[in-house]
Amino acid sequence: MKISKIIFLLLSFSFIQSVHAEWLAFRGSQGNGSSKSSDPGKIELHGKNSWVTELPGRGLSSPVVVNDTVFLTASSGPNQETLHIIAFEQTNGQKKWERKFKATGRTVCHQKTCVAASTIASDGQVLIAQFSSNDIFCLTLSGRIKWLRGLAFDNPNIANGLGMSSSPRIASGTAIIQVENDADSFSFGLDMADGTTVWKKERTRAANWTSPISIRKNDREIIGLQSKDGLTAIDPVNGKNLWAYEEGASTIPSSTWTEENIVLVPSNGMTALKIDKKLMSFKKIWRDNKLKPGTGSPTTSKGKLYVVNNANVLSCASVKTGEILWRMRLQGPVSSSPVIGSHHLYIFNETGLCQVVDLRDESPSVVHSIDLEDTILGTPAVSKDAIFIRSDKRLWKLGA
Amino acid sequence: MKLVPVLFLVFFCLVRANGNELLTSTLIKIGAHGNGNQEAIRAISKDNQLDHSSILPLLIAMNSANSVGDNWIRAVISETIISSDPANFPIQKIHNFLENQSNAGSSRLTAFELLQDNNPKLANSIIPSLIHDPEPSLRRYAIAKILDDASLEKDAEIALGLYQKALNFAREVDQIQEATKQLRNRGETIDLVELMGFITSWEIVGPFDNSERMGFGKVYSPETESVSRESYKGKNGQAKWTAFSTSHNLGMLDINEEYGQIKEALAYAKTTFVSDSAQKVQIRLGSKNAWKVWVNGDLLYSRDEYHRGKTRIDQFVIDGELKKGANKILLKVCQNEQTQSWTKQWEFCLRITDKSGKPIRQSSVN
Repeated sequence: MKISKIIFLLLSFSFIQSVHAEWLAFRGSQGNGSSKSSDPGKIELHGKNSWVTELPGRGLSSPVVVNDTVFLTASSGPNQETLHIIAFEQTNGQKKWERKFKATGRTVCHQKTCVAASTIASDGQVLIAQFSSNDIFCLTLSGRIKWLRGLAFDNPNIANGLGMSSSPRIASGTAIIQVENDADSFSFGLDMADGTTVWKKERTRAANWTSPISIRKNDREIIGLQSKDGLTAIDPVNGKNLWAYEEGASTIPSSTWTEENIVLVPSNGMTALKIDKKLMSFKKIWRDNKLKPGTGSPTTSKGKLYVVNNANVLSCASVKTGEILWRMRLQGPVSSSPVIGSHHLYIFNETGLCQVVDLRDESPSVVHSIDLEDTILGTPAVSKDAIFIRSDKRLWKLGA
Repeated sequence: MKLVPVLFLVFFCLVRANGNELLTSTLIKIGAHGNGNQEAIRAISKDNQLDHSSILPLLIAMNSANSVGDNWIRAVISETIISSDPANFPIQKIHNFLENQSNAGSSRLTAFELLQDNNPKLANSIIPSLIHDPEPSLRRYAIAKILDDASLEKDAEIALGLYQKALNFAREVDQIQEATKQLRNRGETIDLVELMGFITSWEIVGPFDNSERMGFGKVYSPETESVSRESYKGKNGQAKWTAFSTSHNLGMLDINEEYGQIKEALAYAKTTFVSDSAQKVQIRLGSKNAWKVWVNGDLLYSRDEYHRGKTRIDQFVIDGELKKGANKILLKVCQNEQTQSWTKQWEFCLRITDKSGKPIRQSSVN
């Protein structure tokens, strides 16, 4: 192993110990949509801890929060060929820096999505930004280029006519990138030190919008790659298959790992896999087609699973048994995934209505709502006692 | 001035110049698959001498870099600007670089965007002159301004003239369509097939079998033979070449009209394009089906994807070359097994342009 990689791994490990308050990737640092940091409870558009700022381009990507900075991607131009990576001061929304690049791959997308659909991943040291054009950028937190790749420059047929949205994951000094389509279909492990290809896996040729997930136990971390075939666990260091669940899975909502070492796979409704302590095998423990998610991915917190279906019904179930504990209808339509802080669940619908559910109640209901009056398709971040959410035009921090 | 400081200054300048040269030569060499990344990282970390005088050499380097190298250079330019004194931003040199059309389109676009960020007043004043620009992304700014001016113009005749001007000079599909829409609303007749150069007369043969999408990779006889046979064994009996044309207003050819709405089938379409010279061209294809395209027997590109969105004009822009005289263009268009209403289409549209998007007309002399 290279010395630079060892140093990198040590730095990353030390950082992981202090990141509970940050929101480092799609659906948070844990990748399950929840944060252990306190949430604001009731949120306000004009609260003392709230702000809104204009964005230079479109995006469905979520904000991520590292230290006191909010990072976000956007795409602009007649064909969304300009790719933006932007840093904002989290306290007041002022832009700290912006970097602009050009897409080297295809930028054609369905009108509902766009080129900036994937969420940045950070290890606390650097940012990995992925775009639908299959351009990957690694920047320092101050915006300095570390490396970049144009994966469609290397493989011109990794493209989806509707656009792509898989978000990267960082594990064991490797950036895990899923670029899976009807035509050429691959997953890559890129060296975090220089962006070179550590491994490249042929994957099922089928359009796939899901994101890789981390599965962790003690000091060990493996990666789950979802596709229409199911969920394949791989070693992030070399990309080798460890085990595979092969009973099919959704190609839109992603799987979720829980602290009970259970992976919830959107498969035949919802299927729960109990992973062994060494992360080398799994056992199917329950399945329920009433817990089938819509577009958003399942969220877990404190032993409970939360999922919104295509009829805009929010269901809460036990992670261990799958028993449905309560259900409630939300105002839809909903495309984003729910997120959870210390006590509250936040879910945005497509018209910009944020519905807040107090999870401490025995029979939870929407206790508060706020209307951004803008199309919201992405998933928020929970950090710094606030909710961070974006539309095609604006980024909000919504605090108390 | 004493000799030692002078020598130090000369040494400093030489080191800086060498550092810049090392950096630019490294970024030009960035290749596919991450090749050159490690060298680029080393070159960037070593070079702390970048300032505004480095911007022009970096733009010149973009002329020789590929699109991935371009992004490396954009990142370095961005960092250079942030770390340098804004008063020394080389406006005139960048303006001159933009005006020199022998520079690559991507680097000239970067130069224009630098002016937009650092001297928006100058950038705006340049826009009208971009109407003849060979780089479509720059020409687009001028067309957008004309369309804006026309939409605000209260005099109907002046507005009409502006829309006609926009249509005459536009190269990008959305701007052509906007100008056409406005002119048609004003009673004008526009022939987009002629204006955009869609190829509407073809010959077609099929259907051939595409069960389980295997036909895409299967080599049927029309792909390999230099002289076409009259008929072949097809999916539903003998398949013969027949004339195939369209009167669609955007040159769309509907294969379903030829064979009915069948699934798991494929067809070949061919045409001859007579070029008055040997030239580099762009084949601009739209299709929501899987397809392959050959020019003079050489496979240019293929795409094995079905029904991910609608067929779009200029959906795929493929670089190619024509020889002087007759050029054989062959298309393979595949239909899959899906039965949803949005998977019925089996279609394509194709035109040939130069790099700026201007249609290449067929020579009248074969």
